[in-house]
Amino acid sequence: MHQMNFAAPKTVAGAVKLLVQNKGRSKVIAGGTDLLVQLRMGKIKPGIIIDIKNIKEANQITIEKNGVRIGAAVSGAVVGEHESIKRNWPGVVEALELIGSTQIQGRASLGGNLCNGSPAADSVPALIANEAICRIAGPNGKRDIKVQNFVKSPSKTILKRDEILTSLFLPDKPNKSSSAYLRLIPRTEMDIAVVGVAASLTLDENNKCLDAIICLGAVAPKATVVKTAKKILVGKKINNDSLATLGMACEDTCDPINDTRGTIAYRTKVAGVLAKRAVQIAHTRILEKANL
Amino acid sequence: MNKHHVSMSVNGDPVEILCETQQTLLDCLRDELYLTGTKEGCSTGDCGACSVTLNGRLVCSCLVLGVEANGCDVQTIEGIGSEKTLHPLQKTFLEEAALQCGVCTPGFIVAAKSLLDEKPNPSEEEIRYWLAGNLCRCTGYDKIIKAVIKAAKIMREENEQRTNRRAN
Ligand code: FES
Ligand code: FES
Repeated sequence: MHQMNFAAPKTVAGAVKLLVQNKGRSKVIAGGTDLLVQLRMGKIKPGIIIDIKNIKEANQITIEKNGVRIGAAVSGAVVGEHESIKRNWPGVVEALELIGSTQIQGRASLGGNLCNGSPAADSVPALIANEAICRIAGPNGKRDIKVQNFVKSPSKTILKRDEILTSLFLPDKPNKSSSAYLRLIPRTEMDIAVVGVAASLTLDENNKCLDAIICLGAVAPKATVVKTAKKILVGKKINNDSLATLGMACEDTCDPINDTRGTIAYRTKVAGVLAKRAVQIAHTRILEKANL
Repeated sequence: MNKHHVSMSVNGDPVEILCETQQTLLDCLRDELYLTGTKEGCSTGDCGACSVTLNGRLVCSCLVLGVEANGCDVQTIEGIGSEKTLHPLQKTFLEEAALQCGVCTPGFIVAAKSLLDEKPNPSEEEIRYWLAGNLCRCTGYDKIIKAVIKAAKIMREENEQRTNRRAN
């Protein structure tokens, strides 16, 4: 058994100092729902585990002037109980809540889901569709970067070895906006996405599309934005015609793997279908909000 | 080896243990505190046999390090009911034959209790989703769900009686 230390610093500076001292031999723990499995399987052998849950910034939700900031280690259960996040970013909440069981929800975090760098991570497409921003702390202070640019390839992120992700910021949306996340799994609970699609939609006063971001998960090495979606939807009503074109654009964006859980053809087809449905759900949510 | 001093509250009792970094809360409960009611099924967060509550939240104790529980309040199956008075869930699990080998039972009871404490009258669907992270290789689940529904009813009635008594 190798020697493994543990620390639970109370400040970001304290955590960064430990990261610097341990020169890449450390692992940051938030919820631990993936980390403990990796440890047990011997996939990772850190010299020290640094728990960030005692750091205030990393474990609290704060409403800021232009959005909400969610600590990287805040659990899915806590995010799911937050009324204003549920109301304004339903797509993020439903994506996060799809991860694992009730027990997993008690621990698993947005930060962990993102830092794992899995192409099938449920919350990541939803964060990207909502233009979320990572706050990263390192020896030279803080930096902010778009979630979209955070994951480089499966399990690889832009985090340097002496940096930590401390929080995620969701910028406020215009009034007539909403979002949705859908995924396909072979059963109804407790599985990994074969395809995941997040949609964020904004309508103008005539209920025509003002803005749209569609992000696909599990169909490429990392979560991928459908570049042509904006052009296809903006200025149009959300109806069968515009959605059919969108579905095709989503299929074109896919670059999936073939495996036991889904063939390339199947994943590609499903991505288009889910994208249409996710936009429809976001659309319905906006209209329901307007009728309240 | 690095030993950590961990103090926590387990079922209301303050406890102090020494544990190594890689020891999970499950290991600590079973091997250090000899509270073997909490079971180990998979140790990867898939089966729910190791369910406990940590500061009131339902978690898999196999996915929590013992050191992470420092300063926390832990509730295990040993804190539910007593030998003389079974908890309504324990009673209805027996009545409905909601267990065979019993390995999954402590996890199911801890998980179901944490649902019923928050939501006294859940629908069958809500119960099934809440318990989706608890696996049972024996019963086929229906009897478990029935037992939880029945226990929920008993708990609601007991609660009502208690409120009435207080009002009188
Ligand atoms: S032993 Fe913890 S979930 Fe199976
Ligand atoms: S009773 Fe045997 S696993 Fe559930």
